[in-house]
Amino acid sequence: MEATHAHGAGHAHGDGHSHHPKGVMRWITTTNHKDIGTMYLWFSFAMFMVGGAMALIIRAELFQPGLQYVEPEFFNQMITLHGLIMVFGAIMPAFVGFANWMIPMMIGAPDMAFARMNNWSFWLLPPAGILLTASMFVPGGAAGTGWTLYPPLSIQMGIGMDMAIFAVHILGMSSIMGSINIVTTILNLRAPGMPLMRMPMFCWTWLITGYLLIAVMPVLAGAVTMILTDRHFGTSFFSAAGGGDPVLFQHIFWFFGHPEVYIIALPAFGVVSHVIPAFARKPIFGYTSMVYAIASIALISFIVWAHHMYVVGMPVAGQLYFMYATILIAVPTGVKVFNWVATMWRGSMTFETPMLFALGFLFLFTIGGFTGLVLSNTAIDVQLQDTYYVVAHFHYVMVAGALFSAFAAVYYWLPKWTGHMYDETLGQWHFWLSIVSFNIAFFPQHFLGLAGMPRRIPDYALQFVDFNQVSTIGAFGFGLSQLLFLYVVLKAIRGGEKAPAKPWEGATGLEWTVPSPAPYHTFEEPPVLSGAKGHE
Amino acid sequence: MGSKNKTGQSAALLSLMTSTGNALAAWELNFQAPATQAAQTVIDLHNLMMIIIVVIFIGVFAAMFYSVFRHRKSQGHAAAQFHDNTLVEIAWTVVPLLILVAMAWPATKAVLNMRDTSQADITIKATGYQWKWGYDYLKGEGEGIRFMSLMSTPAEQIRGSAAKGGNYLLEVDRHVVVPVGKKVRVLTTATDVIHSWWVPALAVKQDAIPGYVRDTWFKAEKEGIYRGQCAELCGKDHAFMPIVVEVVSAEKYSQWVGEQKQQMAAAADEGAKTYSLAELMNRGEKVYAANCVACHQANGKGLPPAFPALDGSKIAKGPKAEHIAIVLHGKPNTAMAAYGGQLGDGDIAAVVTYERNAWGNKTGDVVQPAEIKAARK
Repeated sequence: MEATHAHGAGHAHGDGHSHHPKGVMRWITTTNHKDIGTMYLWFSFAMFMVGGAMALIIRAELFQPGLQYVEPEFFNQMITLHGLIMVFGAIMPAFVGFANWMIPMMIGAPDMAFARMNNWSFWLLPPAGILLTASMFVPGGAAGTGWTLYPPLSIQMGIGMDMAIFAVHILGMSSIMGSINIVTTILNLRAPGMPLMRMPMFCWTWLITGYLLIAVMPVLAGAVTMILTDRHFGTSFFSAAGGGDPVLFQHIFWFFGHPEVYIIALPAFGVVSHVIPAFARKPIFGYTSMVYAIASIALISFIVWAHHMYVVGMPVAGQLYFMYATILIAVPTGVKVFNWVATMWRGSMTFETPMLFALGFLFLFTIGGFTGLVLSNTAIDVQLQDTYYVVAHFHYVMVAGALFSAFAAVYYWLPKWTGHMYDETLGQWHFWLSIVSFNIAFFPQHFLGLAGMPRRIPDYALQFVDFNQVSTIGAFGFGLSQLLFLYVVLKAIRGGEKAPAKPWEGATGLEWTVPSPAPYHTFEEPPVLSGAKGHE
Repeated sequence: MGSKNKTGQSAALLSLMTSTGNALAAWELNFQAPATQAAQTVIDLHNLMMIIIVVIFIGVFAAMFYSVFRHRKSQGHAAAQFHDNTLVEIAWTVVPLLILVAMAWPATKAVLNMRDTSQADITIKATGYQWKWGYDYLKGEGEGIRFMSLMSTPAEQIRGSAAKGGNYLLEVDRHVVVPVGKKVRVLTTATDVIHSWWVPALAVKQDAIPGYVRDTWFKAEKEGIYRGQCAELCGKDHAFMPIVVEVVSAEKYSQWVGEQKQQMAAAADEGAKTYSLAELMNRGEKVYAANCVACHQANGKGLPPAFPALDGSKIAKGPKAEHIAIVLHGKPNTAMAAYGGQLGDGDIAAVVTYERNAWGNKTGDVVQPAEIKAARK
């Protein structure tokens, strides 16, 4: 995220690349994994702010019953864009950004395998982000369907829907290229002496995530293309009147959508698997079982999609099968949580900001996992499907899970990126403000869901007033806390205590063997690995 | 600010609801009071899972926090270097698996029971429309009854120009009346987009999918009024299509069925009558307010481009036949629904007349029920 300094350190290279363009052309034409990683991260943060502003519009409207600030149509557009922007614009690019910055340095590679494609996969993102955001301003507004884009409602929408479809196509292309790049890099560019079973855990999580992306992004592209042709070219994939079935879309969408959850979660697991050992000063517990757990989660994620559809009216055998398969995911997920706790056990811990966010992740992600277990139970889910309980559940997984892990990653690697230590006091303030306000915002939503408040409504019955007000206060607190994060990062970019090559006592891995800030080009000659130190 | 006012309303709601034995309280932490065996089963299952989850949670995080407080560098704790223990790892894979199997067993029984819709006493079809529900009593006592059920909360309450009533957003003009202790099978379908028929106290939620019919069932154990909402995002007024089920004694139910049959008989023979322009305008305004106003707006200006204006529209000022056809059959791939199945000849005649004469559309046309009857063929 600290472009200027990575560039400032560029004088370290002595390899005839000194003629690369300056100014804006440097960023447009760059094929450097660090530059591209930086751009991914800034793009992600910008979209995080846009999506966050939309969330605050939603929460402001829900502060009181009745319609106060926005019309229902606009409210529906906000929930749709908030979901699409946060998933595709904020969280996914953030982890691709970490992958770009760190994977080559972790495995001792000079750059990503396909450097020019890397540039292209980033530069596809801004047009997609602009299409999504600008769709608010066309006649009829943005898609008002929720991020799931269910037909026939999505057939009724205006041109904003077509813009969303096109944006999803572009984002899909970007993701597929990005993941092919990451998979190829990990498989082919590891330094000699680093076998797969000794590579850093973050690389393992991204290797498997890459395969998930390659498998499911085309499925999503197909689904939205079918909506497009239903809308404009007279097909009837999802219309019963023409022999189609609206529920078919849901099957296709969730065949993408459930692995998507793990596309977001697995790299987050990877980050935490670096941060916890570093600050416990102790190797990760059960490396092998961690790898198997990630692989099992990824495989099972392909066969559980219809647990999002328990009330569409599938056969009872289908409901039972999807319930059993979903419950099964708890086993490898549990293994991971146990392993992290065992890693801390009898360690020598300190609690700098990255560790705090990793612990926050562990604690809150586990709550999200448990509510997922409750939802997996078909009989209970009949009551909870499409309620605020679900909203609470996936925000515990996505925000307290993926986002907290991303914060841990930024604080952990910021010294390597900028060459400066961030302000530890402010970092810890950011953590405590975030975790407290997050829980104020989302914990009450469990109760709202249990008591019967549907999701995606701009107005609600009077028994839901109190918890909605609490939730809105928490949401504004959480949103404002993120401005502090921006300040801490900018402050570290501009200056601060000089960071050593390895600022964290317990950190291990090749990325800590290069100076801070990392020179523009690293590992042009593969490093020499001594024995079993790869993952530790 | 307004929040104090709201709290006051919630308190009023609390006392109101508890007095009718139907507790919908503020600060509610758990499911609504169950009115069916299935809803009780859900609560029992949820309690069981919560106990198991909380025990595991406390176990895991007690270990973590013990470690966080004791195994600190600042306490001088040196790091151990172990990183594997096959036995422990197998144990914490197998034990959770066994716990999960134990949780799946009662869940399976509950699901099988929930999905057994056979041998129903009464079958009712619930049809989702943007944005209201239609009900057809298909089998059992009351067969043949059909009506639309629209939210009755006035717009002034939603817009804040009037105080919100106790059942704000959860009240409708016509309740779904069913007898207590009888198995009611509910078929769900929809005409436009996907809706979902949900009544929490009955533990019934079933998507209503256009072009397909799904089913679910409930058997209410207690008389009372149970309120629910559409649970699947269905467009702009998704929040405003509640479901109200009124469970009454067998005698009261029979009496209700009798009343409904009388009303329907009266409505059936209006096709032969003719009405004056003033009569049709008067009635048409009411039909318009109930069915059309959400999209086309009270001033006829609509909300373009999704919901076109009727004031000055080519259809409302053009040939009658086209206007009647679009009201009867709707317009594919738009939010314009087919009202032929929802409204009787008299209502359609009135609303078409109204649309052709209201606002600036002073066509002077009068459409009689007989013309609608003819157009249906």
